[in-house]
This record gives sequence, C-alpha cells and structure tokens, in this order.
Amino acid sequence: MQDLNDLYQEVILDHNRRPRNFGPLPDATQSAKGHNPLCGDRLTLSLKVEADRITGISFEGSGCAISKSSASLMTDAVKGMTLDEAITLFDRFHLMVTTPIDEPIDKDAEAAVGKLAVLAGVREFPARVKCASLPWHTLKAAITNAPEPAKTE
Amino acid sequence: MRIHPAPAAPPAIFDVAAIRALFPALQQQVHGKPLVYLDNAATTQKPQAVIDALVSYYAHDNANVHRGVHALSERATAAFESARKTVQRFVNARSDREIVFTRNATESINLVARAWGDWQLNAGDEVLITAMEHHSNIVPWQMACARTGAILRVAPIDDYGDVVMDEFARMLTPKTRMLAVTHMSNALGTINPVGDMVKMARSVGATVLIDGSQAAYHQAVDVQALDPDFYVFTGHKVYGPTGIGVLYGRESVLQAMPPFLGGGDMISSVTFEKSEWNELPYKFEAGTPNIADAIALGAALDFVQSIGFDAIGAHESAVLAYATAQLSAVPGLKIIGTAKHKASVVSFVIDDIHPHDIGTIVDREGVAIRTGHHCAQPVMDRYGIPATARASLAMYNTTDDVDALVGALARVRQLLG
Ligand SMILES: Cc1ncc(COP(=O)(O)O)c(C=O)c1O
Repeated sequence: MQDLNDLYQEVILDHNRRPRNFGPLPDATQSAKGHNPLCGDRLTLSLKVEADRITGISFEGSGCAISKSSASLMTDAVKGMTLDEAITLFDRFHLMVTTPIDEPIDKDAEAAVGKLAVLAGVREFPARVKCASLPWHTLKAAITNAPEPAKTE
Repeated sequence: MRIHPAPAAPPAIFDVAAIRALFPALQQQVHGKPLVYLDNAATTQKPQAVIDALVSYYAHDNANVHRGVHALSERATAAFESARKTVQRFVNARSDREIVFTRNATESINLVARAWGDWQLNAGDEVLITAMEHHSNIVPWQMACARTGAILRVAPIDDYGDVVMDEFARMLTPKTRMLAVTHMSNALGTINPVGDMVKMARSVGATVLIDGSQAAYHQAVDVQALDPDFYVFTGHKVYGPTGIGVLYGRESVLQAMPPFLGGGDMISSVTFEKSEWNELPYKFEAGTPNIADAIALGAALDFVQSIGFDAIGAHESAVLAYATAQLSAVPGLKIIGTAKHKASVVSFVIDDIHPHDIGTIVDREGVAIRTGHHCAQPVMDRYGIPATARASLAMYNTTDDVDALVGALARVRQLLG
C-alpha cells in the first residue's frame, strides 16, 4: 500500500514548517506568478539574475505542504546556478515526478536532482503531482520571462 | 418545553443500513479501509435500480426515439417520455411540455442565457446573481452580458453565508431583467429564501432562474409553489447518471423563447427557405437526446420518491447537526458557512493546513471529501481563503461516517500539526 509517509517525508514537513527563501526579493530582476486553478494555489517567484546566474531567489504565496516544500527545496537547489543549469534541473525534476509509478526513475535524473528526490513520492498521488511541479513551472516562466502566469499543464 | 404538533402522517421508517445496501459503490474498501463517501455535493453514488435501468435499456430497448415505427423505437420512446413525466411530477410542473432534457445543469443555464438572454437582454439591462453562485451560474451570464451589453450585478453575502437581503432588495430594480440564483449553495450549504426572492423579482418584472442542482436531492421542489420561470438541476447529483440534466421552463416563456440549438428533432418542417420549430419541449431538444440516461434519471427520481424527502430530510438534518457539532470540536477547525437555514454541507478549514493536504490524508483513511474552491472562487475570495475542505451528505451517510472523518482529521493533525 502506498504510504502517506512516502509523500509527507520528514524533509518535506520541515520545509513546509520553515520554508527557505520565503518572502519578497527587493532587488529582483525578474519574477513570475504561478497558479494552480485546481486548488487555488498562488505563488510568486522572484529572481535576481546577474550575468546569467541566479544570485538571488525567493517565493511568496499560499499553497499546500507539497507545493510549499517543493518551492522551498527548489529555491535552495537553484540558487547559484546558471539559467541553463536551472532549466536542465527543471527537465530532470519534471521527468522524475512524471515517471509512472511502475517504472524506474531515470538514474541520471535521480542523481541530478539530489535532495529533491524526496518529492518522488508524489508519483503515488497523481492528484498531487501538479502541486510539486507548480514552483518549477513558475521558475521556468520567470527565467524565460513569460508574460502569462505559469500553469501546471 | 416546546410542544410539537402531532405529525400529520406517521414518520416514515428510514433504515439507513438497508438504504446503504442498495448502493453497490458504497460496499467497497479504499486503501484497505471501508469507503466513507462524503463528496455528495460533487456527485452522489447510484442505487442498483439506476444501474439496472441503464443496463436494461441498452440490453433490450435501445433505439432512436420519436422517429421509428418499429417495436424497439416505440418502447424507447415510451420509456423516454415516461421519464419526462417522472421529472414533471418530481418538480410538480403543470405539464411535461415544460420539462426539457439537457446534458447537465450547466447546459440548462447556458440554454437560458443564450436563448432567453440574447432575445431579452439589451444594453443597460441588469442580470442579478448572488455572491454564492457556482461558476455555472456566473459564467453564462457574464457571456450573455458581453454579447448584449447588459450588466451583471452581484448581491453580497454576509459572514454566515446568507444573502444580505437589504442589499438584494436594493439591487433589484426595474432595470433587473433576470434574477439567477441558487436554491442551495454547494460551497456553504446555505438554502436561499428563493420563494421570497421570486416574489421580490416579480414585483419589479424580472424573469427568474433558480439553480436547483444542490437542492434537488435534499428537499422536495415545487415549481408551482416557488413560481420561477426556470428551474434547473443536474441528474448525477440526484442519484442519477451523468450526462443528463433538466430545464423546467414556464410554458408561456418556453413558447415565446427562440430555440437554442438547431438540428433534427427540434423542427416540425424544414425547407431551405425556412424551418418551423417543433412543439414544446422538443423545440429545445435538438438531435438524438441522451435516451438511456434520461430513463435512468427517471429511475433515480422514482427511487428517491419511494423513500420520500420527509424521511431523507429528517435523516440528513440529524447527521448534519451531528457533523457540525463533532467537527466544531476538532482543534483549530473553523466551519465556513454557518447560515441558519442550511443543508448537508460542512465546509471547513483547519488552522493554516492546506485543504489539499487534508484531502490526501483523509483519503488514505478511506474518507472521500472534496477540497478546493468548489467551482465557487468568488465565495473563497469573500472569506479570504484559497480553498476549503468540504464534507457533504447524502441519504446514505451516517454518524459513523462523521466519526470516521473526525478520526481521519486526527491523523492530519498528527502529520502536519
Ligand atoms: C450549485 C451548483 N450549480 C451547478 C452545478 C453544475 O452542475 P453540472 O456540472 O452537473 O452542470 C453544480 C455542481 O457542481 C452545483 O453545485
């Protein structure tokens, strides 16, 4: 049986209780809004980009434990990365959370996402995959500076 | 102590265990726990009688209606039209010409917003709705207003989830051409004083549509007593199948109103120059209708009537009172929607725990509730919350179901508290 503890792992609960990089980013160079119409979650992601590198990042908004901890983990993970590196990590993360539950996760993707692997448990909860991926779609929108709010599909 | 008058008829015997046994879907386990189904405002489970009606139609009577002279077509037509008569009795309409089959409540409202709205609304006219409407009683009117230049007005609700009647009265003016209001709120459980609202709307000459999607499976509906021009509901919430809805329309209004969709069945004669519309209600039923689901809806309504709304209402009120008391005692839990007159819905939030997390966790305990904005985003905005968790009752729910929910909420607190 799929266990709730696969989803709500200690790391996730910790990031939910004490989200990292949460709040405004006064010297942001770009930002994007994400919206999950299914649950009404809204998220604003702000980036400070200098010479193609993410030197500052923060998020604000309301969301469930999964989207909040995913945003928190993501901001920790991509801080200091170049934009290309962040996009590559987006692809790996996306691959991980959308791999069907009865298939093994791509080894490179798993290695690349590192600590983010705690979110692989969402695969057992199809309705919650979008919660985990919303911050990432919003990051991609902020990087590409898309004018439309990011959606989860 | 208050002395209650003796009931006119002996109370119906309501054996909830026997009723539960008639619903096959309730007999299952989910995640290794007995299913506790508390998402009835989204859709109700189906009794065996409804499933049998569907199977029997396809196994024996399947044919197109209103066109063949062969035995199967005659049987299918008779069953389809008999379902219409069942609906007529269910809402106490004067005539079965006033009962139009649609796909769902949403289509019924869109039919009116298109056919009536485009015909009757002009620039500067007003359409009045309330702040507790489901999206399906908001968006079709927004679209009609955009086409015609009419203005959408929204009567506010108070903190309890009641329409502010003073404001409502103030907003209802001779400019108001349409009042479109829900009989019962899916997000809050509020039952609106629709009888009074219809009278007030009449006094300014407005046409009235009532969205009965939630009310129709909790209480008896009498369109002659309520007296709206339109009353809509959706089959799948009243223990019937998906894909079938109802539009009741006052005969004189339907008669005068232009058709909605064009095609087969809705005409009496067609030449390339001109078509003549068919008589009621067929004028509004273009194309092959959803025959099987209409027949199964008839079976669902017969089933509900055989138990009776007096018994259903009394049982559901008792379980709602129990649920309200038990949930109120859950630490940090706040009920959203505390109107004096409400039915069968408890929407709630728990501290800053997101409703989605609540939904996922209680699901693992076998408890199905709805979490989200319930297709009523303006209601969520009114309370300044993104979403709620919602437990909603049907005739087969018990106080044990409520206990299971409360037990599952303890697990939420344990994980996320
Ligand atoms: C009050 C109300 N109106 C309208 C609807 C729409 O019903 P349907 O989606 O079947 O058209 C619903 C159901 O969600 C509802 O609760």
